[in-house]
Amino acid sequence: MEFTFDLEKNKEKILEFKEFILEHRKMPGALIPVLQEAQVKFGYLPQEIMEMIASGLAVPASKVFGVATYYSQFTFIPKGKHNISICLGTACYVKGAQDILEEFENILGIKGGETTPNLQFSITDCRCVGDCSKAPVVVVDEDVYAKVKKSDVKDIIAKYSQEVECVD
Amino acid sequence: MINREELHRIRESHKPELEAKLLANGTAEMRDGRLVLAGDYYKKQTRVALKNSGLIDPKNIDDYIAFDGYRALEQVLSEKTQKDVIDLMTEANLRGRGGAGFPTGRKWNEAYGIQANQKYFLCNADEGDPGAYMDRNILENDPHAVIEGMAIGAYAVGASQGYIYVRAEYPVAVKMLRIAIEQAREYGLLGKNILGSGFDFDLDLRLGSGAFVCGEGTALMESIQGNRGMPRMKPPRTSHKGLWQKPTILNNVETLACVPIIFQKGAEWFRSIGTEKSPGTKVFALVGKVENAGLVEVPMGMPLNEIVNDIGGGVTNGKALKAVQTGGPSGGCIPLDLMDTPVDFESLAKIGSIVGSGGMVVMDEDTCMVDISRFFLEFTVDESCGKCTPCRLGTRRMMELLDKITEGKGTLDDLDDLEQLAKDIQKSSLCALGQTAPNPVLSTLKYFRSEYEDHILNHKCSAGVCRNLTAYEIQEDTCKSCGICKKNCPVNAITGDKKAEIPFVIDQEACIKCGVCYQDCPFDAITK
Repeated sequence: MEFTFDLEKNKEKILEFKEFILEHRKMPGALIPVLQEAQVKFGYLPQEIMEMIASGLAVPASKVFGVATYYSQFTFIPKGKHNISICLGTACYVKGAQDILEEFENILGIKGGETTPNLQFSITDCRCVGDCSKAPVVVVDEDVYAKVKKSDVKDIIAKYSQEVECVD
Repeated sequence: MINREELHRIRESHKPELEAKLLANGTAEMRDGRLVLAGDYYKKQTRVALKNSGLIDPKNIDDYIAFDGYRALEQVLSEKTQKDVIDLMTEANLRGRGGAGFPTGRKWNEAYGIQANQKYFLCNADEGDPGAYMDRNILENDPHAVIEGMAIGAYAVGASQGYIYVRAEYPVAVKMLRIAIEQAREYGLLGKNILGSGFDFDLDLRLGSGAFVCGEGTALMESIQGNRGMPRMKPPRTSHKGLWQKPTILNNVETLACVPIIFQKGAEWFRSIGTEKSPGTKVFALVGKVENAGLVEVPMGMPLNEIVNDIGGGVTNGKALKAVQTGGPSGGCIPLDLMDTPVDFESLAKIGSIVGSGGMVVMDEDTCMVDISRFFLEFTVDESCGKCTPCRLGTRRMMELLDKITEGKGTLDDLDDLEQLAKDIQKSSLCALGQTAPNPVLSTLKYFRSEYEDHILNHKCSAGVCRNLTAYEIQEDTCKSCGICKKNCPVNAITGDKKAEIPFVIDQEACIKCGVCYQDCPFDAITK
């Protein structure tokens, strides 16, 4: 999915981050610490930020991308406020986890591995979570939902949407 | 900034206070005139690297100082030349605890002998072995021991800058290190002119970003330099050309934690513990199917069964011990009949395993050895950096062969191919990750070959782990028709009815072999 990094909305963070790059310009081997700071600040590594790092530290953009893609901790897709993991282990799969995944995808309008444009939800299809007797299992953040039915999906999403509104 | 006199004052005034507190709250007891952690679990242990763990507050430098902390550094700086320090380390014969077992004194001597305008001293805290966490424990509970060890080593080789490369997955360790470095700087134990001796040494932290291979020396240095953490060709050794091509010493956390106490008590004392060729102690992470899982520190050379049975309390649930895996993905599986092997560098190497970083995974009869070697191989396939072909492609091919076998599609030729590939990868890989990746496969092939053959010839996995080769069955004579299995089966593969007196059976076609029925049956009526 295309995801545009909102430069306007992140203006302040970007200014702070540019300051951080400046402070670390002279530090030997600064690239990884700077990438780590970027990920903490923005939650992921947008292309715009990686380009900013390249010019700020005077290293080729290809090197910034090369290093960032090497390490498993860096992510290039933003994660939503709530992360929905749908277990696609064998037991869950047989009990209709695929249907449930599709229901989540339809309602939220995104595919597995993506994040909603309003940054509220991400969907992850994961391997076995080890709760086979409760299949099919859906995990939202740290809450485990057992024996989920297709008709439950709407309510689960609504629960977190409400919480989001309250927080905002 | 404090001076030597003030260091003494802190020690003298704080020690009785701390001792009284620990004895009063029952945390510790006196043994041979020294304070140690209370409890039976610790009685058979000899704690050297872990001597302060659990006793001191890692956030309080005065606690560390009270138990002779920074005494060794102070003496080294005021009384010993660089050569003296190296000689004492060589005499003590402390061997690297990160896995390779290289003599620390010899390593330091290499870097000492080279002229350079800048040298570096690094600490390897990138502990990534699945099932090992001794370094994390030391960093979280006794960070100053590592800092003091580094300062002594840096003085010996003539390094003025150090880095601790620590996993980002260890946030508490990172926090404790940050606090400890800050406090050491405040006291003047790091920075310029340490304790008025004219020696300068400062430290920085670098966080890993989730690449197992960065625990390898050259890859770690590439990563600190801001590159992809890929290993370089050796030679040149890093003690000649390491970080930014300058002479660099890299020691593991546990190794460094042993350094201060060696200087306090002398080389002879250290050599009196352990074996002749592997002196001192080693911390093991005793995990898996063992009663008292946890960290144990014992003299090198203690027989394996003493560690597993006497300290670990044997296998859980009264099951039979099958094997002990040591050394993580680079190590091997030790079978039951070799359980009296002394645990030291030489003895384990002789039987095809390694001490490694100290992971010790106990396995019982429910563990499938083919599945275990596949598990470790999957890990190395994921973590191979991809720079050299034998490791990148060879380990993947090995895993495919193991997949075939666990699915019941293997042939005896596959075993030969597996063995040949394993030997080729060992010989031709660039770094230790590839060179040791075949070890779990080779050791299981050596000691548990019949299990592989059972998978191939009889399509049977006796441990009941490999799903394609396992069938769950309900034994009619022990079944009480309680219906728990039927209720919990995720795919409704179990039929039966108590009232209608229809016996419970599993439909083998529909069964997905998740094992839920086997685990849940209160009467052990289900077999596999």
